[in-house]
Amino acid sequence: MSLAIDAFTIICVAAGVFFYVAGTIGLIRFPDSLSRLHALTKADNLGLGLVALGLLPRASNFPDAFKIIMIWVLVLLSGASAAQMIGRALRRGRR
Amino acid sequence: MNVQPFLDISLAALVIGVALFTIIAKDEFSAVVAYVAYGIFLAIVWVRLYAPDVALTEAAVGGGVTGVLLVMAGKRLDVSATMVVAKKPSVAFSAFVAACSILLAGSLAAVILSLPDAAPSLAPQAAAAAQGPGAGLGNPITAVLMSYRSFDTMLEKVVLILAVVGVWSVGADEAWGAAPAPFGPATPSDALLFLAKTLPPIGGLIGVHIFWTGADEPGGAFQGGALLAAMWMVAMMARLADPPPINSRWLRLALISGPAVFLAIGVAGAMLAGHFFAYPSALAKPLILFIETFMLLSIAVALPMLVAGPAARKGVR
Amino acid sequence: MTPLIVATLVAASLVGIGVYGFILHPHPLRKLLAFNLIGGGVFLVFGIVARRGSAAGLPFDPVPQAMVITGIVVAFAASAIAIAIIVRLYKLEGGVDLDPALPRKSDGESTES
Repeated sequence: MSLAIDAFTIICVAAGVFFYVAGTIGLIRFPDSLSRLHALTKADNLGLGLVALGLLPRASNFPDAFKIIMIWVLVLLSGASAAQMIGRALRRGRR
Repeated sequence: MNVQPFLDISLAALVIGVALFTIIAKDEFSAVVAYVAYGIFLAIVWVRLYAPDVALTEAAVGGGVTGVLLVMAGKRLDVSATMVVAKKPSVAFSAFVAACSILLAGSLAAVILSLPDAAPSLAPQAAAAAQGPGAGLGNPITAVLMSYRSFDTMLEKVVLILAVVGVWSVGADEAWGAAPAPFGPATPSDALLFLAKTLPPIGGLIGVHIFWTGADEPGGAFQGGALLAAMWMVAMMARLADPPPINSRWLRLALISGPAVFLAIGVAGAMLAGHFFAYPSALAKPLILFIETFMLLSIAVALPMLVAGPAARKGVR
Repeated sequence: MTPLIVATLVAASLVGIGVYGFILHPHPLRKLLAFNLIGGGVFLVFGIVARRGSAAGLPFDPVPQAMVITGIVVAFAASAIAIAIIVRLYKLEGGVDLDPALPRKSDGESTES
């Protein structure tokens, strides 16, 4: 059983790290701010979600697991709002 | 193979790199952004030093609230439009300063590494304060802040109020008593409005939670207060609320409530429990929580007022 | 022991970088950032001392850590005053330069000269 949990954690966290790396490469390589924003928000939200999912079985009790989920939800909320605001500022600057 | 040292060294390289960037960045805005990132990375260094309480404070105050302060200052100074026309220091002088800085850093590192090995420690006294009569605090930091060195913490709150008075007093004379300039434009974006309506209930709950668990686990009035302050500032940025006038009665009462309650209980301790800032043993923990509640309020009000700046006439940003 | 040595390097570098920027940058906002970097390095020294002073079953000495917590808040308060003064200077003088030789907007009505 513990082997299965370990494998689950390793697979999820590794997948999460992959998306983080992909998002970071996008941030560095993409030509303009809007596409960089696109790479960063989507890939990183998914990456953090997978890392959180992988760590869930490691939480010792329900409140800890709930906190891990809340971290992901809060980052989604603030990240999405911040991306909207940056995007809007870019559009205003371009006109 | 142990990967921990490699992670430590990468973290150190990251912190030093970002710190270097805040110095060499071309424009002020990049420097400010790098400084916020530096605050977050520094918080991870604190975790590695077994200091989760300090890490929470550094992330909330050093990274978060300071970031808001600096970005607002950048906006008010209009950093992109008005560049300073100062002479660049000569290359020889720069090189001389660089050499001196490297020498200073090197000697500091040498001094720290050659500290005596049986390091002096006040940990036993702090642990005694945590386990002391009636206290039963599981978090030794809170025990130090509220019991062992309570006088320092009280004075630190007074410093915070003096800082608010200092910020208010550099404002224009004719604006005295009015509200500080609003945090954002009159029409905030929909995304910000959505965030300001969704986040504060959750963030406020987390702030109170961090304050409440501070008795036994990492957290406390400073960290919780900083979170509550941040939530108020999010609401002010979206113009759901505006900074209150600086002569409003409730604002001033909230500001002084923390040190006032602290001092009152300290004086009461001098009469009832034998010496200044002694807690009667049966009531120690409830009293500490009572003081901390008002400290939480003071901090949550003082930090946004420090960010908001002095009073401004209407229409001035 | 490695985390301590690494933290020592970070603390010393932050102080060095901060001193360099504090002396050389003409812009007061940048001077403030550099000064805060020095502060961060000094706080880390406290953290290193706290970690070395582990005793009584605690992995750290809580007294220096508690001082750093109050210190971070005081450093923020000091930065807020500095920013308020810089912004006020900018509004009164039209610039934020500290060089007295440069021309000023308010030179005509200055009461000191």
